[in-house]
Amino acid sequence: MADKAARKELIETVQASLGEKIAEVDRDVIDPFVRVEAKDWPEVALFLRDRCGLDYLACLTSIDRGADGLEAVYGIERMDAERLQITVKILVSKDEPNIPSVEDVWRTADWHEREAWDLMGIVFTGHHNLVRILCAEDWEGHPLRKDYKSPDYYHGIRNNVV
Amino acid sequence: MGPEGYQELNLTSDSPTRDNILIANVDKLINWTRRSSVWPMTFGLACCAIEMMATGAANYDIDRFGSGPFRATPRQADLMIVAGTVSNKMAPRVKRLYDQMPEPKYVIAMGACTVSGGPYIKHGYHVLKGVDRVVPVDVYVPGCPPRPEALLEGLFRIQEKIEKERILDKHRKGQKPAVLVE
Repeated sequence: MADKAARKELIETVQASLGEKIAEVDRDVIDPFVRVEAKDWPEVALFLRDRCGLDYLACLTSIDRGADGLEAVYGIERMDAERLQITVKILVSKDEPNIPSVEDVWRTADWHEREAWDLMGIVFTGHHNLVRILCAEDWEGHPLRKDYKSPDYYHGIRNNVV
Repeated sequence: MGPEGYQELNLTSDSPTRDNILIANVDKLINWTRRSSVWPMTFGLACCAIEMMATGAANYDIDRFGSGPFRATPRQADLMIVAGTVSNKMAPRVKRLYDQMPEPKYVIAMGACTVSGGPYIKHGYHVLKGVDRVVPVDVYVPGCPPRPEALLEGLFRIQEKIEKERILDKHRKGQKPAVLVE
């Protein structure tokens, strides 16, 4: 992983170049991150890939922030020896959990986004095949949400015992 | 001629049957052959499968007990070792594989997950809480995962069960029907 100075420098470059597209920056936490609005995300993603050379979406995490909504955390890297890396966070409301898909930007986003849809219910608009990837096709609900209740029966098999 | 309908065996020295007669209890004979060749299905679902592989490998050597050939198809298998966590998505497949096995067939539930859901029993929305909800289980082997010795012990219990079978009884009479998976 790239050293912290390089990561901070990258964040400063991104902020200086994109200006108001970056909603928030925090350089002093363990994992420095930038926060963007969902509508600005495709533009920021293309900037990160084409101008900063971050060519690999290593990780997409989704978090249930309770009343604040749902959050997607993107870990984006450059595939070289130094592994320059940036973390991007996007917060959306639970009523409209829509984030533009970046599967055209990074191929790995395809399955990552399907997983976040399956387990957390974030809708990645523009994804070509947004179907469940882990749960069964006919599963109901998004299991990693905090208010999720697992079904008592699934295909006639009793599910909850405790 | 003996009793009506039966022909007396010709045991004179020039008869081809003279040296080829074996008299045995049919239950004992058939059960002996069955218990000596319990062929399991190659069927590993999670970490328990690693212990199952170890049981098949040289150190524990399940071949000593006639159970070495792990078949790659249910149609040639006598024993299904359900080794590992059965997810709700996998449960209908497990049931289908069981249905495809020819009688007589036996099931070992190997490990905490297949016995009862194991560590997933409370929060595992995706885990079947015990494989006996979809297929009838003959022997439960607890452990997380069970050591190969424990799995071998489970095999011995299956063999003991086979030895008690009567060929003229309707096979597996009184067996609880498996839960239907739609």
